[in-house]
This record gives sequence, structure tokens and C-alpha cells, in this order.
Amino acid sequence: MLFHSSDPDYNRTVDDFDSGKHLRHARAEAEKRGLDKMLVIDVDCHHYETDNFGPILQYIDDPNLRQIALNTFSYKGPAAMLMDQPGYQDMGGRVMRYQMRKGEKVEAPGLSREVAQTLRWMDALCVDYACLFPTPMLFLGLHPQPEIEANLARAYNRWICENVLPSNDRLRSMLYLPFNDPEATYNIVKEFAGRKGVVGFMVVSTRYKSVADNAYMKTYALLEELGLPIAFHASYHWNDQLISVANRFITAHAVGFTVFNAVHCANWVINGLPERFPKLKVIWIESGLAWIPWLMQRLDNDYRMRSSEAPALKHLPSDYMRQMYYSTQPMETVNNRAALEVTMQMINAETQLLYSSDYPHWDMDLPTTVWDLDFLSEQARRNILGETAAKLFNIDVSARFPR
Amino acid sequence: MQDVFVAHAAELAGEGERRIIVHGAREVGVLRAQGRLHAFSNHCPHQGGPVCEGMLIHKVEEVLAADHTYHGMRFDSTRLNLVCPWHGWEFDIATGRTAGDPRFALRRFEVIERDGDVFVRLPAAQ
Ligand code: FES
Repeated sequence: MLFHSSDPDYNRTVDDFDSGKHLRHARAEAEKRGLDKMLVIDVDCHHYETDNFGPILQYIDDPNLRQIALNTFSYKGPAAMLMDQPGYQDMGGRVMRYQMRKGEKVEAPGLSREVAQTLRWMDALCVDYACLFPTPMLFLGLHPQPEIEANLARAYNRWICENVLPSNDRLRSMLYLPFNDPEATYNIVKEFAGRKGVVGFMVVSTRYKSVADNAYMKTYALLEELGLPIAFHASYHWNDQLISVANRFITAHAVGFTVFNAVHCANWVINGLPERFPKLKVIWIESGLAWIPWLMQRLDNDYRMRSSEAPALKHLPSDYMRQMYYSTQPMETVNNRAALEVTMQMINAETQLLYSSDYPHWDMDLPTTVWDLDFLSEQARRNILGETAAKLFNIDVSARFPR
Repeated sequence: MQDVFVAHAAELAGEGERRIIVHGAREVGVLRAQGRLHAFSNHCPHQGGPVCEGMLIHKVEEVLAADHTYHGMRFDSTRLNLVCPWHGWEFDIATGRTAGDPRFALRRFEVIERDGDVFVRLPAAQ
């Protein structure tokens, strides 16, 4: 693989990518801290469903859509069905694994390339269990045809449930919900709850439908009854009217990955959904942490003046937000540790925060980013790294941690 | 301190050539950039990534006119950065400092060329 630089003198060809070697320092640092002997559950990491897109398209139910998809795929690739958008996650090849991982040689007898590659990076990061999500499908909530989202969601869910999750006990997923089609959303929960490795369901946040729409209530009720969490996974939309004002990817990402979750979370709280579904477990994924205290303060301040607009609430908005779960990455660890410490206090990190790497994406966080937060107690760090997730997702870890 | 063999000088003669050596728990990258040899710890101060395995690329700068208007971006051919491949932190080859936050820098080691060989001077192995 040739990487072009600013000057041909610095062009480089790299052919022997191995994610285990690429991440060897992660393994060494984790071992130094004893994380290899500690439960680590990664609640948000990714594979590229586009690596297996041909087989996934074969799972599409609708014969008409499948016929179109297969033929368009033959010349257009995954863009046959997925929503693409501008963006330079790899920063012009600076984050080299984007280009390299596709050609990585992975040979593991009895395992698909997909599973073997995932286990390789998990071992390097000292991750015991990983909750896998797709990547380009994270923009699918914007597709103008709800039937495409619904068909692809079921196709992907069937594919991962039949080909990935049963192959190794360390793999989990919260399956994709095609939220633009509330009926299909409900049916997917009914169909896939209880399948091996399915620990919940995931809604891509980047979409223009309120989470408080009546059409979703029966799905929330079902999830609550099943005891399965619903996760809202952030992404961005550079063509969103507001975000399109940003002329650099850094801005579109920093803001875009936060605002959709912030709006959905505000709607969730202000419409009193925590009162309607008090046992439903809700997780907000990949918006970082700094937005949570911001939203808590904004909502509490406004609510005390305008409680008539949120009459379902019996507590302050922040009290409800403190009962939800959040994933760590990308944890804002910049130059003010005090801000991070206060954030952790405000969200009850000891019981509500879940480690996530977001590997292999460019802003991934290693488990050491959590372990090195010395203002947290050791138990709090253990909880964040895995113990809270094991309880939340009811993961039996005895195979790796025999009692 | 000890001088650890890196490579024959001829192997590191070309601009952009590099070698990574392992010495005890330490990894050191030796690179020829801007006409001379540099040696840096291969552990990025961000999250520990193998920084010396990353891209060498000139610093990007904005083109601003005297009236403060913006006219695109270009490479500054006088400033070369080494980029950590894990998350993209960039380090100025000349100073070792991070482009995005100069409080952080790569650890630099002395490079010695002797009798056609290249050595790096390191503290005793841990
Ligand atoms: S570890 Fe080097 S950029 Fe993050």
C-alpha cells in the first residue's frame, strides 16, 4: 500500500500490516497495569460491514430491492445502498490503519477473517468482550427510503447473528434498529431478542425523528419487558443544515457527534420517557462526556422556570440523566483534569460509565485511558472498564474469569 | 549510557529512510529527515503509539492574505512533521514538539555516526 506524502521523498509503501503488532504498545502498557488480568468490556467498537457487503446483500428480504442492490453493488460497491458523505477520518493517511486493515493478512484456522481480525485487536487491547457495531451503516438513518434502512437492518442483523456472533463467545452486539420504520423496529426486537450474542439494540442518532414519537412506545415497552438496553449511537451528518456551516471535518466531527445525541437525550428526558419506562436501560454512545454536564445544567436551569412544559417529570432532568449509561470514548482528556473529574461526579461514573474503544476508528481510546484516571477509586475504574457492563448486559464472564 | 548499533550509514542515507531498534523495553526510531539523522522514542506521549512508524509529511499551513482573507492551505516545505499512526498527533522533526500542543514532545536521543555505522546513545537498558 502506497501512502502519498507532501513530497515524493516521504512517500512510503507499507505492506505487512498486522493489527496485533500495530497495537503492541497497547498490550504492553495494559500488562504493566495488570489490565490483562482484569475484566475489560468494550461496549463500542466497530467492524466494516462493507468487507462482507456482498453476502449481507444476499440477506435482503425484498426481492426487488435485493435485485437492485446486487446489480448496483457490482459497479458501485457498498454505495449501492449505503449513504456516504464527505469526511476524512484517516486524515490523509496519517492514521494508517484505515488503508491497511482491509489488506491485513489474517489466518486463523476455523475462524472467518472477520472474527479472527476482531479477536486480534481485542487481544492487543486486552479487551475480554466486545460489542461490535457496523461502520458505514451509521449514516443509514438519513436514507430517503425507509424501506432501504429496514431491509438492510434486517439483512445485517441476520448476517451478524448467523456468521459472526455464534463463532466466538467474546463477541456481542446491540443490533441495528431501522428507526425510520417504527413497525420494522418493533419486529426486529421481537425477532432477534435472545439470539446468541445479542445484548441489546442500537439506534443511530443521526436522523430527524423524535425519540418521543408515539410510534416507538411499543418498542420501548418491549425492550423494558425483555430487560434489554437501547443504545443511541452517535454519528454525524456533514450535510445537516447546521453542521454544513462547518468547513472542516474536525468541526463537523467535534460538534456533529454530540448534537444529535444531545437533542435526542433532551427529548427523552423532557417528554418523561424515564417515568414511562422506569426500568428501560438507556445508553448514549460515542459523544464523549463533556456534553452531559452541559445538557444537565441547561435542562435543570430551564426546567425550574418552565416545568409546565415538562409536567411528566418528578425530578430534575439531571437526575434522570444520572440514571442513564454513557460510553467513555472519545474521552475529553485535554488540559483540565478538574473538568473531567467533575464530569465523572456529575454522571455517577462509578455506576453509569462504560468503557469503549471505538477501535479501529481514528479517535480510539485504550483501556489505559480509564485506568490512569487516578482521581477515581480502583473499584470505580474496574466498574467502568467492565464490571458495570457485565451486569448491564448480563454477560457471563466465567469462561475467562473462572470463579 | 551506551551506544547501540542501528544500521550501516549507507542504509540510512536516503531522505525518509528509517529503522526502529528494540533495546530492552525501549524502542527507538532513527530517521533521516531534512538531511540529518534523528532518533526518537517510539512511544507517543499521547497514548503510547508507535510514532516513529508513522508518516513524514510537511506541516500544513493556511494561506492568508494581508486583508485577513483565507485562500486555502498548503504544505510548508521548511517544516517537517512525524505523525503518530494511532491518532494523528504530529511532531515537528526539528524540535520533537507536538504541532497541536507544544507542551508535549517526543523524547530525543543522540545519534552518532562512526566508521560508516550509525549508533544511538541510550541510557542503560531497563
Ligand atoms: S498515541 Fe500517538 S497520536 Fe495517540
